[in-house]
Amino acid sequence: MSGTKNKDMIVFWALMAIGLVAPLVVYPVFLMKVLCFALFALAFNLLVGYVGLLSFGHAMFFGFAAYISGYTVKVMGWNPELGILAGTACAAVMGLVTGLLAIRRQGIYFAMVTLALSQMVFFFCVQAKFTGGEDGIQAIPRRPLFGVIDTTSDVSFYYVVLAIFAIGFLIIYRTIHSPFGQVMKAIRENEARAISLGYAVDAFKLIAFVLSASLAGLAGALKSLVFQLASLTDVTWQMSGEVVLMTLVGGMGTVFGPILGAGIIIAMQDKLASFGEWVLVIQGVIFVITVLLFRRGIVGEFIAFLNRFNPPVAHDAPAGAEARPAE
Amino acid sequence: MRLTLKLATAGAALLVSAGMAQAEYSDGTIKIGVLNDQSGTYADLSGQGSVWAARKAVEDFCKTTTCGKIEVVFADHQNKPDIGSNVARQWFDVDKVDVIVDVPTSSVALAVNTIAKDKNKVFLNSGAATSDLTGKACSPNTVHWTYDTWALANGTGNAIVKTGGDSWFFLTADYAFGHALERDTEAVVVKSGGKVVGKVRHPFPAQDFSSFLLQAQASKAKIIGLANAGADTTNAIKQAAEFGIVQGGQNLAGLLVFITDVHALGLKTAQGLIFTEAWYWDQNDANRAFAKEFGAANKGNMPTMVQAGVYSAVTHYLKAVHEMKSDADGAAVVAKMKSMPTEDKLFGKGSIRKDGRKIHDMYLFEVKKPEESKGAWDYYKQRAVIPAAEAFRPEAEGDCPLVK
Amino acid sequence: MIFELLGVPPQALFGQLLLGLINGAFYALLSLGLAVIFGLMNVINFTHGAQYMMGAFASWMLLQYAGIPYWGALVLAPIIIGATGVIIERLMISRLYHLDHLYGLLLTFGLALIIEGLFRQQYGSSGLPYANPIPGGTNLGFMFLPWYRGWVVVFSLVVCLATWFMIEKTKLGSYLRAATERPDLVQAFGINVPRMITLTYGFGVALAALAGVLAAPIYSVNPIMGANLIIVVFAVVVIGGMGSIMGAIITGFALGIIEGLTKVFYPEASNTVIFVIMAIVLMIRPQGLFGTPK
Repeated sequence: MSGTKNKDMIVFWALMAIGLVAPLVVYPVFLMKVLCFALFALAFNLLVGYVGLLSFGHAMFFGFAAYISGYTVKVMGWNPELGILAGTACAAVMGLVTGLLAIRRQGIYFAMVTLALSQMVFFFCVQAKFTGGEDGIQAIPRRPLFGVIDTTSDVSFYYVVLAIFAIGFLIIYRTIHSPFGQVMKAIRENEARAISLGYAVDAFKLIAFVLSASLAGLAGALKSLVFQLASLTDVTWQMSGEVVLMTLVGGMGTVFGPILGAGIIIAMQDKLASFGEWVLVIQGVIFVITVLLFRRGIVGEFIAFLNRFNPPVAHDAPAGAEARPAE
Repeated sequence: MRLTLKLATAGAALLVSAGMAQAEYSDGTIKIGVLNDQSGTYADLSGQGSVWAARKAVEDFCKTTTCGKIEVVFADHQNKPDIGSNVARQWFDVDKVDVIVDVPTSSVALAVNTIAKDKNKVFLNSGAATSDLTGKACSPNTVHWTYDTWALANGTGNAIVKTGGDSWFFLTADYAFGHALERDTEAVVVKSGGKVVGKVRHPFPAQDFSSFLLQAQASKAKIIGLANAGADTTNAIKQAAEFGIVQGGQNLAGLLVFITDVHALGLKTAQGLIFTEAWYWDQNDANRAFAKEFGAANKGNMPTMVQAGVYSAVTHYLKAVHEMKSDADGAAVVAKMKSMPTEDKLFGKGSIRKDGRKIHDMYLFEVKKPEESKGAWDYYKQRAVIPAAEAFRPEAEGDCPLVK
Repeated sequence: MIFELLGVPPQALFGQLLLGLINGAFYALLSLGLAVIFGLMNVINFTHGAQYMMGAFASWMLLQYAGIPYWGALVLAPIIIGATGVIIERLMISRLYHLDHLYGLLLTFGLALIIEGLFRQQYGSSGLPYANPIPGGTNLGFMFLPWYRGWVVVFSLVVCLATWFMIEKTKLGSYLRAATERPDLVQAFGINVPRMITLTYGFGVALAALAGVLAAPIYSVNPIMGANLIIVVFAVVVIGGMGSIMGAIITGFALGIIEGLTKVFYPEASNTVIFVIMAIVLMIRPQGLFGTPK
């Protein structure tokens, strides 16, 4: 176990090292976008990969937190760190309320309930005054972080985003490898057994849901400050679909899969931006191919490939996509 | 098929070089970025047609003037402000674009407006409706060219009340844009002596309008004002025909309708609809000649006012840059554009106000009955001209910080 | 009297109830298709909205390219789109039956993106006109009822009841239901279960396409017409519970009426009322109104 953990940490610090020098060669705004979505996908993965709950409505946390942080920073004049906290806190509360409703159902019902709830949030955001409807909240100022750290230049703000991303990653990583994380995995593998072992399964699910929602909110709050814009795009069900796709492509239930998936999908959208609807079509094709041919995702398949040579470490294997029988 | 076509054109921008290069531009090239909807709701009224119009403006300009290297590039903002602002940033930061034109969809336009100001580039808007671009959000780097919500509300509301349509019922899309359209129109209606007997806010987007139309019918208002846009407007008009609203003696007033919408609806459904536009292809010989060339290059479609506005705006921009011999300072270029009177073959003579509002006549049109139309795209009867001086919101009422 | 207290004359109320019923007809047809597919295959068909849109486009294309009018399209379009459903089931969905149901959902979600993207690319999203086959209408005293809307209610009621009858009351239906419980046993009786499942999917898709044909003359034929509708129908399905065919039909019509009433009394909420009801139902009866607790 400690061996895998060490390897994970080596990969993580290597990624951080790349992250530190990346803005020298890559457009920093693009990098910030990747980091925000990578954090979003990691938060989503916490739920689907480790508890086995597929939420099809995570955009509501991401997008609503973006509105809250945008509003507090622009209209109420808060500092960015407070705006981000407000957005995250708001997402946590939403996660609690929607979680209480959604965890009453499982499997595909859970997916449909979260989707419907997020559509409700979407309509609320369309109508609400403070979100600015279709215009969104625009020209959100980039104030100094804590009143001292400059965020107006893209490069300096990039390092702030990188630091927050790292914190988010470590929170998720610690959660997965804590006793709490072990129970989550037990629920994923066999809920009935977890119940009979005396775990309050619903409470565990709810805590995981709230944690995942809060971190998705953190990503959204950050994104609104990066782009100085909070808009309806971030609360649409298509956004919920995108984060599913990122996680699926990278590898559900793997530590680094969501980061890779986010990078691939964002880079693809960026390159194909001028081809409009083809982006949708290609995303659809990737979905279909991934589901049909490599359900473990890129990182998952890679780990499975390595494990052919080394005996697998049972509890750190990627989410048992193949193994889980139909209900 | 369309992919290969787009692949061929997207990267390869039009290069026009007319002999010797004279003017010293920021990087030797004027780069014009057409940012609009290439695939969604507004693709027909802006889209590739606007790209064509920008290129045509460059071509015509270089016929009479020796010009340096001018490039036209384009991108799709998918009507999403985040995608639009992403492209705009990248264009200004990385690709050395000097001016962004068109940008329909108010939300995207407002986002690009902010970025152009931050980076001191030029933003010539033709496609977007929001009057905030020359109001609260006005910028020394932006010119709003073709129309805005205030002009449409004013033209339509005023003219209809004057011709006897003095009681109104509003069907309003329930979001910021719909509210603004309703508010502006209501003010005009009341000011002209009409009254608003009721209104209903429909969710956005909506598919089924029958319930709201029934409420409008019950109100007995003479005019049903459609304070919405795009698919909502066309669906509302279509279903109004189904429920016999117009036969029942009530008239529909569109507050944001383009010729492409009329084309999609067909005359049978759209007949009798009244609305305001800035330009119509069949108004005079110059417009018709432009439309003919446009049609040949764009699947037989006729240009919209937005596309004509792109032509007009790019022409004026090139003139200003040519006089200044530099495109480096965006605010200075726009100041120059404001100081020169505008003139081109499509919009005639006009001017640009301090707040960035381009001023010209607006027109009130009524959609023809099927039997009045002589053929494809023969859709409008001109009912009134709204003179330039009255067509747009007075400078003092816009709260633009530049006007002080 | 109570109506006048609420500020709405009874005539208007009847009108709105009727309109709600008409919209409910679409919900019922769509949730019925979903229920048939889910009930017999355990697959949540996310492509349903796209297939509804394809039905509308098929009728537009039949008219445009082959000159086949509405009444022909009413028969042909569901068959054509149903056939594409059969192909999708054979080539893709059938490979996922041994897996978690979520993969069926993800696959059909991807397919929906592809289909909607392709249609938007080809036809734009401003919508295409489709002429009303039965123009005109009649004055019912409390409202003007277009003939076509009346036809939609009657026809979809007939289709819904016929489907219910076929599945619940005929021999074929009993095979189908048996095959979901014990496919191995039914197979042992010499019935080709995989083919039956394939045809079931085709049938569910055909129902979606039929709804699309019915919608074409009312709404503009638009590539995104199904995208938001499908989520509302999901909510309808969660409210009704996937337990019974009749449940799907009744919930569909009922929610159409409730939505219609909301449009009169509080139009601002008419987009969200179904989701609010869903939340309430989840709190009180998580398995849905007609569902059986697991």
